[in-house]
Amino acid sequence: MTDDLDDLKQAMTAATPAPDKARKAEHLALARKNFAALQETRAQARPTSKRPAKGLFRGVKDMVTTSLSSRGLMTATTALVAIGLVAVVPDWQAGREMLRPAPMVEQTVATGADRSRKAVQTLAQTDDAAEGVARTQEPVTAAAPPAPLMQAAPANTRQGGVMDALRSEVPAEARSALRWPEADTEAFPDAEANTLKVTAEEPVSTFSVDVDTAAYAVVRSSLIGGVMPPHEAVRIEEMVNYFPYDYPAPEAGEAPFRPTVTVTDTPWNPDTQLVHIGIQGQKPAVEDRPPLNLVFLIDTSGSMEHPDKLPLLKQSLSLMLSKLDARDRVAIVTYAGSAGQVLEPTTASDRAAIMAALDNLAAGGTTAGQAGLQQAYAVAEGMAEEGEVTRVILTTDGDFNVGLSDPEALKRYIADKRESGTYLSVLGFGRGNLDDATMQALAQNGNGQAAYIDTLSEAQKVLVDQFSGALFPIADDVKIQVEFNPATVAEYRLIGYETRALNRDDFNNDRVDAGDIGAGHSVTAIYEITPVGSPARLSDPLRYDSAPPAPESDELGYLKLRYKEPGAATSRLIETPITEGGTASDDMRFAAAIAGFGQILTDSPYLNGWDYGDAIALANAAKGDDPYGYRAEAVRLMRLAQSLDRP
Amino acid sequence: MRMTTSDENLARAAAGGDVEAFACLLERHYDAVFRLAFRLTGVAAEAEDLTQDVCASLPAKLGGFRAEARFTTWLWRVVVNAAHDRRRRAATHARHAEGWGDWETARRAADREAAEAIDWLAEAMRALPEELRDTLALVLDDQSHEEAAEVLGIAPGTVSWRISEAKKRLRALREKEDQT
Repeated sequence: MTDDLDDLKQAMTAATPAPDKARKAEHLALARKNFAALQETRAQARPTSKRPAKGLFRGVKDMVTTSLSSRGLMTATTALVAIGLVAVVPDWQAGREMLRPAPMVEQTVATGADRSRKAVQTLAQTDDAAEGVARTQEPVTAAAPPAPLMQAAPANTRQGGVMDALRSEVPAEARSALRWPEADTEAFPDAEANTLKVTAEEPVSTFSVDVDTAAYAVVRSSLIGGVMPPHEAVRIEEMVNYFPYDYPAPEAGEAPFRPTVTVTDTPWNPDTQLVHIGIQGQKPAVEDRPPLNLVFLIDTSGSMEHPDKLPLLKQSLSLMLSKLDARDRVAIVTYAGSAGQVLEPTTASDRAAIMAALDNLAAGGTTAGQAGLQQAYAVAEGMAEEGEVTRVILTTDGDFNVGLSDPEALKRYIADKRESGTYLSVLGFGRGNLDDATMQALAQNGNGQAAYIDTLSEAQKVLVDQFSGALFPIADDVKIQVEFNPATVAEYRLIGYETRALNRDDFNNDRVDAGDIGAGHSVTAIYEITPVGSPARLSDPLRYDSAPPAPESDELGYLKLRYKEPGAATSRLIETPITEGGTASDDMRFAAAIAGFGQILTDSPYLNGWDYGDAIALANAAKGDDPYGYRAEAVRLMRLAQSLDRP
Repeated sequence: MRMTTSDENLARAAAGGDVEAFACLLERHYDAVFRLAFRLTGVAAEAEDLTQDVCASLPAKLGGFRAEARFTTWLWRVVVNAAHDRRRRAATHARHAEGWGDWETARRAADREAAEAIDWLAEAMRALPEELRDTLALVLDDQSHEEAAEVLGIAPGTVSWRISEAKKRLRALREKEDQT
């Protein structure tokens, strides 16, 4: 019988013609063309240059092809209202802020300029409504005539029939265009939500830890502003990791962090389980901390002149100063038009000098991110000494890439500097043109975190309460790899971490960068697994599959962690099997509630009708200690989303 | 330098936007893609069209390449899937033979249209049901049963079964021809 096959093989080889040269050249050219076209659309999908290239209608063509969700419509409606209002409210400076991509409106507004104090204040309020920024500001007492209109308008239009009218009357193109002013130039990384994986096909899941919290703050500021956050702004792992959890800490002398794996019930599905992986970083005594060299790299471009931006930034940094002492040194570099060092490296105990330098900062000019960054790194390298932690803290409202021809080069630059041992943290301020995507990318490439600061209390959390976690790394390039056992787990799904996915072979490759864990940080990752034989299984077993894998084991899977000691080049490995059992703590239940909340916000298909009410009940029951009130705030946000998210 | 870089690394660079890596990768595998396409279709012209489909869609598909499989395994999967797509499109025009009866009709039609001189092998391959043909095409392309199984997402045992089934049918076909 084998003869047949060999005959066939020979016949086939003989029959196979050589590829036609001309056709081959054609095909290769076609492939290259498509390749180039793809790169272009990618670049458009993730805008890095923040100036609209073709004015108001840029991107309309792309948008028409994608159907506008009702949520999109909602923002469109808000945007429409925003335009209408600015035309009435007489201040052109803030109007420009809101409507940067709509130069025509800008002009109309400018002609009627009346810069009375009252009007400016009123406008700040409109600005809030449109940008969705949380702020506690003294109420406007003497409201200017347009004020009642604008306060009432967004709520009414959102709920009422205007939306329907919009849907039927406004042509698709115009609707898409209308999204611009409201969506402004904010950019979020676009990553598809993780889908269900069949263990038999893809048993291994690899990702990098993520201790960023920016997504939660962005979601919060959207919700408080009365707007549902766009799906891509919701990064579930960052929402979960926003909250401090109290997992068992490593003993002295052990690895710098300790994983705890618990298998619990899934709130939204009785037939699946959650594998909850909690990683707790050690908490070194504060007195033992190494000296810090901090370089504040401050964006002082014109767009920073907004109460949510430069003034909040100054307050935030001054809060942080209270945690520094005589061992630490601080320098300040600004970037706007031309970069400049405004404060020489100064001992942190010289509070007066630092505060004076901060107070002197004023916004103006355009942003030249790269020049500033180069200077900041140069200053940081000058300050660095053995045994100290050196960190550049970049603050921006997102307008970071102006004047930069190649954002990729910027990322490479930061990645290079990472090798030199200087860390980078990115603090985002203000909404409107927040470039969340670039912030993420920079922080990830620079071994740092991205946080978004919308209120002084958020600054307090990021820079004071979690000061040591934010500034002192205890482990670099922490990667997690989980191998599930196909004999016990039929399907699994990692909740969140979409932007952190790694290739399977990246895990053992020490040159592949990953997230870092700071002192006292806790990191949580949650998998939803479907046990073999569970009715919740979504994929049918294969008819022709070979017998189930041989190794008989009750283990659900095997967890591997790799990390590097700060500054080390080679990684270490921590391994532990994942087995059934363990008791669910309040921390775990709360993390599950937040993961569920994030999935509701992104319209995840895996929730089986589990809704805000369920999330609220679960979170309320699992609030635990909550000394800072973060969890209570989360419940308030869930309630807010519950009322806003009405189709 | 490029020539020594592994397929997987090139693929990753290409997915990240490196046009040179992409060109190098395609250059390296074009002929093999065409060869497999010929085995899958049995006709040079169709093989060319199929290769074109693959070339056109490869840039977008590369983003989905996870280095959990070898690049070639992944690539063959892309080619086999592209062949499926083509057949599905073609199905509205002419049903490909799923059984012997259909095949007979097709063969007679082909005989009548003598202008299209399709050789025995290609015709024989076309007579096979789709999954047998795909499996045979891969194995005839010097892939082991294990590799073919990975490409098709089936168990190696299934590949072996399909090959013996395909051989059985080809033998039956040959006997039939010898009689006539």
